[in-house]
Amino acid sequence: MSSIPIEYYLILSAFMFIVGVIGVLIRRNAIVVFMCIELMLNSANLALVTFSSYLGNPAGQVFVFFVMTVAAAEAAVGLAIIIAIFRNKMTVNIDEINIFKW
Amino acid sequence: MINYIYLAVILPLIGFLINGLFGRKIKNEIIIGIIGSSTVGIAFLVSLGAFLQTLSLPVDQRANTVELFTWLSANGLNIKFAYLVDQLSLTMSLIVTGVGFLIHVYSIGYMHGDKGYWRFFAYLNLFIFAMMNLVLGDNFVVLFLGWEGVGLCSYLLIGFWYDKKFEKSTTADAAKKAFIVNRIGDFGFLLGMFLIYYTFDSLNFHEVFSKAQSLSINETTFSLIALFLFIGATGKSAQIPLYVWLPDAMAGPTPVSALIHAATMVTAGVYMVSRASILFASAPAIMMLVAVIGLLTALFAASIGLVQNDIKKVLAYSTISQLGYMFLAAGVGAFSASIFHVMTHAFFKALLFLGAGSVIHGMHEEQNIQHYGGLKKYMPKTYATFLIAALAISGFPGLSGFFSKDEILWYAYANGGFVFWLIGALTAMLTAFYIFRLFSLTFLGEERFDHHKIHPHESPSVMTIPLIILAVLSVIGGYVGIPEVFSGENGNLFEKWLAPIYEPAEQKIMHYGFHTHTQEILLMAISIILALSAIYFALYIYTKNKNITENISNRFRKFYNLLLNKYYVDEIYDAAVVNPIKIGSEKVLWKFTDSFIIDGIVNGAAKIIAVISEYIRKIQTGIAQFYAIVIVAGIAAVLLWIILSL
Repeated sequence: MSSIPIEYYLILSAFMFIVGVIGVLIRRNAIVVFMCIELMLNSANLALVTFSSYLGNPAGQVFVFFVMTVAAAEAAVGLAIIIAIFRNKMTVNIDEINIFKW
Repeated sequence: MINYIYLAVILPLIGFLINGLFGRKIKNEIIIGIIGSSTVGIAFLVSLGAFLQTLSLPVDQRANTVELFTWLSANGLNIKFAYLVDQLSLTMSLIVTGVGFLIHVYSIGYMHGDKGYWRFFAYLNLFIFAMMNLVLGDNFVVLFLGWEGVGLCSYLLIGFWYDKKFEKSTTADAAKKAFIVNRIGDFGFLLGMFLIYYTFDSLNFHEVFSKAQSLSINETTFSLIALFLFIGATGKSAQIPLYVWLPDAMAGPTPVSALIHAATMVTAGVYMVSRASILFASAPAIMMLVAVIGLLTALFAASIGLVQNDIKKVLAYSTISQLGYMFLAAGVGAFSASIFHVMTHAFFKALLFLGAGSVIHGMHEEQNIQHYGGLKKYMPKTYATFLIAALAISGFPGLSGFFSKDEILWYAYANGGFVFWLIGALTAMLTAFYIFRLFSLTFLGEERFDHHKIHPHESPSVMTIPLIILAVLSVIGGYVGIPEVFSGENGNLFEKWLAPIYEPAEQKIMHYGFHTHTQEILLMAISIILALSAIYFALYIYTKNKNITENISNRFRKFYNLLLNKYYVDEIYDAAVVNPIKIGSEKVLWKFTDSFIIDGIVNGAAKIIAVISEYIRKIQTGIAQFYAIVIVAGIAAVLLWIILSL
């Protein structure tokens, strides 16, 4: 384990985050966008755990538990919103859901 | 009673509060009338008590201050709410409450059946309260409180019948005119007060007047102070050039004209000049101005009074003329003579107005004297009392007006010169003429009213008794001030009583030469002859030979019209002052400054924002991913900035 250098973890984390960001920016399906957001959260979790292990400070891992808890709740609410939108507009393409404008 | 003098001020205020707050609920006219009158009546008794007590004190202890509380206190400026009880203020407060009480009683009958009955008595009581503050105040600020208060009450009472037509407009316009013209004078008075505080560092009468004697202050300062105060006096006391409001003030109920616009409020200016006698005496140029303005006003107003046909208008111009006399007296340094005339004038002019009110009451609101005539047999009491008042104002020997008027004429001659006396005597002659013209047209001659519509009747005794009391006062009121030439060793009692007030001023006034009693009696005889001949002439042409008036008015048609139209002063003021202000307000202030500039800036700012937003709002696309891009770009920019600054 300890033979793997910290940079690997961080590069993986950054890569996952960038994948998430690009997904959020370019995908049209709300569910995919949502999954990309989860991906970004998980990349942040990975970075937290990495540093926690590297610095020998458990606080980072505790944070991760909180983030996971919140993410679970958020996933439930987010999916519920997406279903509600679908029922109203018969679509989950977010570029078609643009009623909040001038 | 001196220490309880504040009761004389507070009681009318209480009457005002009771009638003003609950009058509508009380409904019963008698109760409202009794509350209104009795508070003033008790105030009169309190004043009388204070007067008797002061009279029993030695001469040098007769000026007492009654301090109530500290009113204003700020960094050196310390204004106490205090009353000064001395010879002058007591004289004035006796006039105010005494005549005021009689007019309150009279109003019980006169205002009978009016829907604003309670409001009328509330205002009258408020007026007495303000006027008492004016005359009793121990400093210029309390005086000013009363000064403004009486102005307010005057406004309220002129416009009392606010829904009634008056001449070309409404009574509300007449009220506004009075208030605005008074404000011009008040502005002068305020400037005078500022200058007094700036010069003497105090507004207390005693301090200011003693400093005026002791400090060496140049005459220019005194002149400015006196000039500003006098501007205030011309507004309140209806002198040239600010007299125009008083004839219009006749729009108010007649008791108001009697109380406020004849007997008391309009004499406030005379009182103020008299109170500040030392300041005026230190400015000889302004004294001259006061005398000249007074003289001109007296002549000017008397000449207008000759041809007016509204009974109250004649009396209004007569009041202006008589006020001119008072200022003439003050201007030539005869302050006690001016206050003496204030007193006698209060008696006979209140009586004339109340008599006129009684006639108007009996003639169903008709005010044109050309539509009267022969009322003698219908209203014997009004006739008799009116005759006494008319004789008094004409200076008939032995009546009150004779003593005060001749005192003034004598001082005008002694301190002013022959021209002053001549114009004064001429005015006295005109006065006798117009008042007996009024008298003849009203009470004598043939009856010129429609018998089917109008049934003249005598007024109830609640109105005639005050008339009789005032008639008695008009007869005997002058005997407190019998001139030295008749009373011998005792001298003039009224003058002696007031002398300590004017002692500092006396020392500064220049007296011309030496005049003998023979001269005084001679001048007096001439003025008596002038007055009697004017009375006879008026009685003759207006009862016996009507053709003469026609001939005279035809021969001097232009001059007659000039007088009938009051020298076109109202029209001149309209053209010179009122209309330029109106047009300036409309065209410059309203249409240009307000509508164009101010509204333009406000609306313009809103328009600019609207135009800019029209473009900026396009940013709000409503597409979530666009917002996400902006957020990412923002974060990237911040990160870049952090990295570059490391």
